Amino acid sequence: MNTHVEIDSDLTETVYHFQKGTDGTAIDIDKFSLWYGEKQALFDNSIDIQRGLVTALIGPSGCGKSTLLRSLNRMNDLIEGLKTGGRICLNKQNIFDKNVDVISLRKRMGMVFQKPNPFPMSIAENVTYPLKVDGVRNRNVLAETVERTLKGAALWDEVKDRLKENALGLSGGQQQRLCIARAIAAEPDVLLMDEPCSALDPLATIKIEDLINELRGKYTIVIVTHNMQQAARVSDNTAFMYIGKIIEYGKTQTIFTKPGSKKTQDYVTGRFG
Amino acid sequence: MKSSKKTVKPVARLNQTNLAARGEPALWTMGGTLVLGVLMIVSFLILIVWNGITTFYPGKIETVILADSSLVAGEQRRSETYKPTKEVVDSLDRKDRERIVENNGFAKRTLYKIGNYDLYNEDFKWVDEFEIKQKSEPEDIMYFERVEWGPFIGFIEKVEFGDQTRLPGTGLQELLKDQHQKAVARRSAIGEIEKKKISDINYDLEEERLNLKKAELNNGLNSAKFLKVKQIYETKVSALKARYHTLQAEAEKLKQENSQYRLTLKDISGQQKDLLLSDIVRFYRANDLSLFQKLGIYFSRWAEFLSAEPREANTEGGVMPAIFGTLTMTLLLVIAVAPFGVVAALYLREYAKQGYLVSIVRICVNNLAGVPSIVYGVFGLGFFAYTIGGSIDALFYSEKLPNPTFGTGGLLWASLTLALLTVPVVIVATEEALAAVPQSLREGSLACGASKWQTIKNIVVPKALPGILTGLILAMARGAGEVAPLMLVGVVKMAPELPFDGHFPFVHLERSFMHLGFHIFDVGFQSRNAEAGKPMVFVTTLLLIFLVAMMNAVAIFIRNRLNRRFSAGHF
Repeated sequence: MNTHVEIDSDLTETVYHFQKGTDGTAIDIDKFSLWYGEKQALFDNSIDIQRGLVTALIGPSGCGKSTLLRSLNRMNDLIEGLKTGGRICLNKQNIFDKNVDVISLRKRMGMVFQKPNPFPMSIAENVTYPLKVDGVRNRNVLAETVERTLKGAALWDEVKDRLKENALGLSGGQQQRLCIARAIAAEPDVLLMDEPCSALDPLATIKIEDLINELRGKYTIVIVTHNMQQAARVSDNTAFMYIGKIIEYGKTQTIFTKPGSKKTQDYVTGRFG
Repeated sequence: MKSSKKTVKPVARLNQTNLAARGEPALWTMGGTLVLGVLMIVSFLILIVWNGITTFYPGKIETVILADSSLVAGEQRRSETYKPTKEVVDSLDRKDRERIVENNGFAKRTLYKIGNYDLYNEDFKWVDEFEIKQKSEPEDIMYFERVEWGPFIGFIEKVEFGDQTRLPGTGLQELLKDQHQKAVARRSAIGEIEKKKISDINYDLEEERLNLKKAELNNGLNSAKFLKVKQIYETKVSALKARYHTLQAEAEKLKQENSQYRLTLKDISGQQKDLLLSDIVRFYRANDLSLFQKLGIYFSRWAEFLSAEPREANTEGGVMPAIFGTLTMTLLLVIAVAPFGVVAALYLREYAKQGYLVSIVRICVNNLAGVPSIVYGVFGLGFFAYTIGGSIDALFYSEKLPNPTFGTGGLLWASLTLALLTVPVVIVATEEALAAVPQSLREGSLACGASKWQTIKNIVVPKALPGILTGLILAMARGAGEVAPLMLVGVVKMAPELPFDGHFPFVHLERSFMHLGFHIFDVGFQSRNAEAGKPMVFVTTLLLIFLVAMMNAVAIFIRNRLNRRFSAGHF
C-alpha cells in the first residue's frame, strides 16, 4: 500500500505492493520455477510469505497455485520427472538443499488437503500420528497433545467423548478440522492449506474459516482457495496467480479493491476464471 | 421446380425402439449364462452333498432267489436299464422276452452290495430283473463290518466264547454286543501296544543306531570314543529289547484272549466262515432296525470316518490322517506364501520404479499363475527335495544316509511347492489392494512427517489388508484343492506316521503325509474295486469341500473384522 503502482497489463512482471525482504519473513520464495518433465508449470515466482499471517493464493484453475503450495513442503517430490529452479527458503534455509531432510521439513509444515483424509484409525490416533512416527510413546504427552490440538482445531467439544472411535465416522467438516488438528499436532511453523473447504458445505466452511482466524498469529498459514470471498474473509495477504506466474502480491484489501494489474482486476471482479 | 411437401418422418413410437439398442438380447444372454453357471454349481453341490450324506446310512438287505435257484443277499445300490445281448434275450421265457422287446430291447437290472469278498471274490453283483423269482427281507440276516475283507452279509451259525458254545436264540444279540465291546477294547489295546509303544521302541533303537553310526563317522571304528559309545549303545539296546519283549508278551496275551471269542457265520447259500469277534468293527440286523438304531449306526460311522485311520486300501475306515495332512499343509502354505507374496508385491507397487522391467516382472508373475501345476511338482521335487533337501541331508543327517530325511518328498516341500504355485495369486491381489489405497491417505501421512516406510507400515498396509487377505484366501482355496504337484513332493496313499508326535522335535515336516484330494484319487481310481470306493469318494469329496469352505469362512471372518475396523462408512 505504501508504494504506488501503475496498472500493468504485462504478465511477465509481478506487481508487488510491498518490498521483498520485509521483516518477519517466514518463507522466502525466490525465482522459483518448476517443470513436470518438459512442461514448465511455474515461472520465476518470487514472494515473501510473512510470519504469523494468513497468505491466500488465488487464481483460475490450473494456474499452479496448488503446485506452488505443494512445493513448499516438497510434496511434489513424489512426482517422477519433476525439476525445480530457484529457491524456497524456510527461515533462511533453502529447502531444496541437499542436506535438508525432507521428513523434518514436513514436520515443520503441517498440511491440510482438499478432501478430508483422516486415517482409518481412532480420532485420538489420528491426532497423535505425527508424534508417533516421531517416536513419541509417552502416554501423558500423547493425551495432552490430543486435547491441545483438538481444542486448537475447535473440535474438542464435539469429540471428547468418543476419542477412541473411528475417525471415518465423523462428518466431513469434522474430518477436515481433525486433519487441521493433525497438521498442528507436531507444532509446525507453517500450515499449508490446499483448498480446505472445497469439499465442505457452507456451515462447515464457516467453521473452518473461523478456525483459520483463530490460528492466525500462532502459525504462518498459506491457503490456496478458489473462493475469492473466502480469500477476502480470511487472509491478510493475497497472491494472484495466472498460468504459473504470480501476477500480483499484496495486502488482501489492496488486491481486491485497488489491484495493480488488469488481469487481477478482471479476476477479482469475476470477469474470468 | 417441383415444390415438395415436407417429408420428415414421424418420430418412431416409443415401443418400437430397436431391440438391439435396448440391449434386451444382451440382457437375456447375460442372465441365461448366470443361471446356467449357478445351475451347474448347485447341481454339483447337490450331487456331492446327497451322495456324501446318505453313504453311511444303513440300508436294508434283500435276499433274492434267481431263476437258476441260486441266492443273492445284499444291499440295493442302484438300478439302471441296459440292453441285454441277443443271446441272453433268446434264452429267456416268452413272457420275459416279450417284455424286453416291448421296451425296445431294454431290461432293468439292480446292483447289490453282496459283501463276502473272501467267499465270492466280488463285492457287488448285478441282478437282472427278469432273473428274479422271489424277493424277501429276512429279519435275522445280519450285516458285519469286518476289519479285513469288507462286510459280511449272512447269518450267525454259532458263537463260541471260550469253551461255551451258543446257538442263535434270544439274548444272543445282547451278549454278543457286550462281548464285542470288550473284544474291540482289547483290539485297540493291542493296536496301542503295537503302533505306539513298540514303534516308540523302534524309534529309540533307530536313534541309538544312528548315534553309533555318527560316532563311527566322526571318530572312526577303533577310536576310544566309538568304543565308549558302543558300550552305551549295547546296554541301551538290550534294555529296549527287554522292554520290547514284555510288550510283545502283553500283546500276545490279549491276542490269545481275543482268539477265544469266535463266531461261525454262514452266508445266504450256506457257506460257512469262521471269524474272531475282535475282527468285527460293527454288526447289526439290517432289516430289524428302528430309526433310532439306524441313526446310531450312521453317526458311529461318521465318527469312525473322521477319527480313525483308513483300512482296506483306504476304501474303509477313516480319513483322519488325510484331514490332518490337508489342514497342516494348507496352514504351512499360508505361512509361507503370505510374507513372500506380500513383500514382493509391496516392492513391486511401492518401491520399484514403474517401467519396462517392472512390467515384464508383472507379466511373468501373471503367467506363472497359468503354469500347469504338475510343472511346479516337478520343480518342487527337483529343487526343494533333491537339491535343498539333499544338501540338508548331507550336512545334518549324514548318519541316516542312504535313507533320505529331507531329501525326498515331505510336508515341508509340499507346502513350499504349493506356496510357489499360489504366490502369483497373492502378488496380484496384494498389488491391486495396494493400488486401491487412496493417494490422499499416503500424502496425508507423508505431510505429517512420516517416512515412506512409516507410511506404508502404518497407513497403506493396514488399509490394504482386507484385499491382501482376499488374495490369501484365494491362494488357500487353490492350494488346499491342488493334488497333482503333491503326488510328486510328498503325498502318499498311506502315511505310517503323522507329522506330529511325541519324539523330539515333535514336528516332523520332512515326513510324507496324506491329503484328502489325493485320497479321493486313490480311493476312486486306484483301489481294487471302483464300486467299493465310490461312496468313499463322495464322502471324502464332501469333507474336502467342507474343509475348504470352513477355512475360507474363518479367513473371511477375520477379513471382515479388519474391514470394519479400517473402513467405517464415509460421512
